[in-house]
Amino acid sequence: MNNANISIGSLLIASSLVMVSLLFSYFQKLKLEKETIISVVRAVIQLIAVSYILEYIFGLNNPLFTTLLVLIMTFNAAYNASKRGKEIKNGLLVSFVSIAVGAGITLSILVFSGAIKYQPNQIIPVSGMIISNAMVALGLCFRQLSSDFKSRRDEVETKLSLGADILPSSIEIIRNSIRTGMIPTIDSAKTLGIVSLPGMMTGLILAGTSPLLAIRYQILVTFMLMSTTAISSFMACYLSYRGFFNKRKQLQ
Amino acid sequence: MTQIEFQDVSYSNDEKSILKDISISIEPGDYVSVMGPSGSGKSTLLKLCCHLISPTGGRILFNGDDLMQQDPIEVRKKISYCFQTPTLFGETVEDNISFSYAIRKQNVDRERVHSLFSRFNMSQDYLGHKIQGLSGGEKQRIALIRTLLFMPDVLLLDEVTSALDADNTLIVEKAIEALNGEGVTILWVTHNPEQGRKYAGKLLTIEDGQINSLEELK
Repeated sequence: MNNANISIGSLLIASSLVMVSLLFSYFQKLKLEKETIISVVRAVIQLIAVSYILEYIFGLNNPLFTTLLVLIMTFNAAYNASKRGKEIKNGLLVSFVSIAVGAGITLSILVFSGAIKYQPNQIIPVSGMIISNAMVALGLCFRQLSSDFKSRRDEVETKLSLGADILPSSIEIIRNSIRTGMIPTIDSAKTLGIVSLPGMMTGLILAGTSPLLAIRYQILVTFMLMSTTAISSFMACYLSYRGFFNKRKQLQ
Repeated sequence: MTQIEFQDVSYSNDEKSILKDISISIEPGDYVSVMGPSGSGKSTLLKLCCHLISPTGGRILFNGDDLMQQDPIEVRKKISYCFQTPTLFGETVEDNISFSYAIRKQNVDRERVHSLFSRFNMSQDYLGHKIQGLSGGEKQRIALIRTLLFMPDVLLLDEVTSALDADNTLIVEKAIEALNGEGVTILWVTHNPEQGRKYAGKLLTIEDGQINSLEELK
């Protein structure tokens, strides 16, 4: 796996690619020069920092520490997802529980099936993939829930007035929101290999792994993304729909 | 015993006062027409009756007990509300009919469904119809049938004939009159003065969120 031995020199030459973006911005008056430079500097600093942190954690090989890091990642993802759903009551808690359960179940299956080992160099990158995917799914779920409870208010109140409890009155909205959260993951799975060679598979191939082996990992990744997205979206929608009603079962 | 009693009921929303100090008593079997200009608070009055919103002041009693302390689901099964603009859900008329049975964990009572369809002058073939292809009048009659599958104690009607032609309006009026004859209390919000006086026993007029008059008609 030594094909991708990028030297610092090559990286420095490659950095001239940023100049292309800067020149475009300058001549087209896009006014993105400052933001481009800031984003590139941030990316480099963040990646250097995270590489040292990962190197340290991989060296520690302590399951407790690995778990702690996964929880911190989950919290950050939950915080971001909850910002997408300001109308969701206890959005941060709902997001944290949903992502933690989704990622927890998926990781457990992966570890118990022997697909991965509970080692930091396997758990952390895999967690990163599933947690960030769940974060995006939850953001979509929350936005759909909020907009549906506004636009379909009459439908919900009609069902309530027929004597339905809040769950049967909201079930169509809940289902629609779960679907909205899951569709991007399903769609991207459909086009795997046809439209995109995903980052993880590309990385493996660049690092010298045979495509025949790389796809095994990609298949695994596809399965785990689907399972986490499904579990997290399902939990988040079912945990948050009640927040749109008051204790008298009236729509707020 | 008074069936529904408003005691100094007020309702305000987003710092805007919609109903102010409303006090009325409705007896079982009453037929009350509610009239008043647009935005005077008529629909709010109905929504308060069926526990869809809570008063911000005063008390509403239903059968002598505070309505807000009663189980909202049970109250809504006894006090049914039909909206001005009917919202049909699902794909077919059947979906709308089976919903009321599904939430009560009961099988559809075909006999009841058929008798209601004939009461509203509709063929049972409608059950398989897609809701998208229905006219406004058909939708409103389906919504009424859906509300009446289980006989309520009180029926709240919010301008349900405002989008219907004369023939359909008469069908609905006759069906409601028959229901009242069977003992169902009717509160009917209407803009039509003739309709307001034709069948009702009481005429309640609301203006600017307050009771303007309560007239005995019969």
